[in-house]
Amino acid sequence: MVEELLFFMEVLVGGLLAGTMYSLVALGFVLIFKASATFNFSQGAMVFFSVLAFVGFMQDFNIPFVLAFILAALLMVVVGLCTERFVLRPLMNASEDTVLMATIGLGYVLEGLAQAAWGVEVRRLDLGIGDFPVPWIADNLKLFISALDITAGVVAAIMIIGLFLLFKYTKIGLGLRAVADDAGAASSIGIPLKHIMLLVWSAAGVVALVAGCMWGARAGVQFALVDLALKALPVLIIGGFSSIPGAIIGGLIIGAVEKVLEVYIGPFFGGAIEGWAPYVLAIFFLLYRPEGLFGEKIIRRV
Amino acid sequence: MMKPVFMTYTKKDLINLAVCMVLSVLVIPTFITTEYWYTSILIPWLCLALATIGQQIVMGYTGQLALGAAGFMAAGAFAMFNLILRVPDLGFVGSLIVSGLIAAAFGILFGLPSLKVRGIYLMVATLASQFFIIWMIDKFGWFKNYDSSGIITAQDIVILGKPFTTPLAMYFVCLAVTTVLTLLAMNMARGSTGRNWMAVRDMDIAAESMGVSLLRTKVQAFAISAFYCGVAGALFAFCYLKSLEPVAFDIKLSFKILFMCILGGLGTINGAFIGAAFILLFPVLLNAIGNNVFHGAIDATIISSIEQVIFGGLMIIFMIYEPLGMAKLWENIKQKFKTKFPTMNVKNLTSSIGKKS
Repeated sequence: MVEELLFFMEVLVGGLLAGTMYSLVALGFVLIFKASATFNFSQGAMVFFSVLAFVGFMQDFNIPFVLAFILAALLMVVVGLCTERFVLRPLMNASEDTVLMATIGLGYVLEGLAQAAWGVEVRRLDLGIGDFPVPWIADNLKLFISALDITAGVVAAIMIIGLFLLFKYTKIGLGLRAVADDAGAASSIGIPLKHIMLLVWSAAGVVALVAGCMWGARAGVQFALVDLALKALPVLIIGGFSSIPGAIIGGLIIGAVEKVLEVYIGPFFGGAIEGWAPYVLAIFFLLYRPEGLFGEKIIRRV
Repeated sequence: MMKPVFMTYTKKDLINLAVCMVLSVLVIPTFITTEYWYTSILIPWLCLALATIGQQIVMGYTGQLALGAAGFMAAGAFAMFNLILRVPDLGFVGSLIVSGLIAAAFGILFGLPSLKVRGIYLMVATLASQFFIIWMIDKFGWFKNYDSSGIITAQDIVILGKPFTTPLAMYFVCLAVTTVLTLLAMNMARGSTGRNWMAVRDMDIAAESMGVSLLRTKVQAFAISAFYCGVAGALFAFCYLKSLEPVAFDIKLSFKILFMCILGGLGTINGAFIGAAFILLFPVLLNAIGNNVFHGAIDATIISSIEQVIFGGLMIIFMIYEPLGMAKLWENIKQKFKTKFPTMNVKNLTSSIGKKS
């Protein structure tokens, strides 16, 4: 009995920690949605693009780790700049769905550019953190938990706290919230819309880079990251599109539920239900609570 | 003034149809003799155009953002395989219709969330269908007749005892099915069904208050869309791939069909054909340029990456400058010519007035 319980705990904790990885991707979505009410479908592509650039800098040009990270982050700022200038500004007054489709196009552009520049083969990313159980925890608590998962959890926590403080207590954060509420009104009282957009997209780019590093260290830097990042969508639906804590909780729920289902129910169906379970979970949330756990109630005006 | 009108079609429409039919039935088979054109371009073009019409119905006409066309195609394709295998009495055409209906059942099931949500929320819900259907086919051996190799060879097409195995014969099968379903889709789009769809697309609350049942309209659109995708998937597997594997219907194909639909022109049937042709032919063109101009100096993977960049870039450009896609662009060009030569226009103008009254 104790062993079963321990095993369950292990699955649960493993799932929760893996869920923080989804949270990291979802966080980028939320940032952009909060500030511009835009669903950025290209967030997954940004994850792929940024981490591939990072690994490319390191492996092809032998640039040291920290410098390569900074360069990749700067590259994401440039991407944000270009996106603001060439995609978002011309679509300022377009409908939500139009902007969404444009971001799907943007995702394609980023994926293509990344592959044209750095090739299509899977690259290994070594962060110096092994993806194996931490001996101390394994000995003392009898739980096998990967060091990488723990790192992802800690990184996610730091980023959440940082972003939360930024939104809540700084002038920039106030500006961001104002723009999210009503872009027209915000710009009429002198909030520079351009800068806010640039800031948000750059921040989302850096978040994508961090998420990409975590995913890349686990699964290798490859195109499949884009599909993995799609799982951030059910996370958002569960957590709510405009809530940073929601992204975290949503990620944890998805991570835990998919792991527990996979381990306990998966064998009856031949496994690999992880692929669709999050989406079906999202459908149930949509039916009963379409705005998500922490989202603002969706109000449509006629 | 009396116009020669047949079932509310004007003379112009009938001429268009006749021109298309003569082109596809007489001109193409006489002038194109290389198999490559049939097996690699014309057949996939017709199949994917049909799937794109399905996507158009749900996205372009009803305004529901769906992203699971390939899932329904897979459902249709594997339903077809099993029907021919297990119910041989049904025949090819019967199996095709039933597999479309099976896909439609999935469409209804996964279209239900559209009653509650829209936009990206709905997109996520339809992604569930994509992943679920592919997983289901992959995991339950029954669907694949317990074939362990993973790739199953599709049965030969036999209609009324005659085998259709040459590329030309398969082309005619695809052409016949596509023509019938396209005409049907055009009729639906211009009839009360289509008007309900468009009313829901433009403002669902207003449509509902005018007595259009949202439940009926949306579920109907999803069912018909999935039917088209299912039939297209069956043709795609039996005439183009000649094999069945779930991987062929992954999320990438769904995105491809989405691109065909949007670049071709949302809310138009001819846009489906234009978009499918563009997405299919452009890589061929790009490869030809790579081989002939640069003599293979550019790696094939780089060419396919460039192709992706161009598709994505076009998507952004179209969203900014012409959200209605290439079909609208084509319309605009025609309009320009008409205003340039106004004398040519009198007949067309009167006929179009006749159509509206």
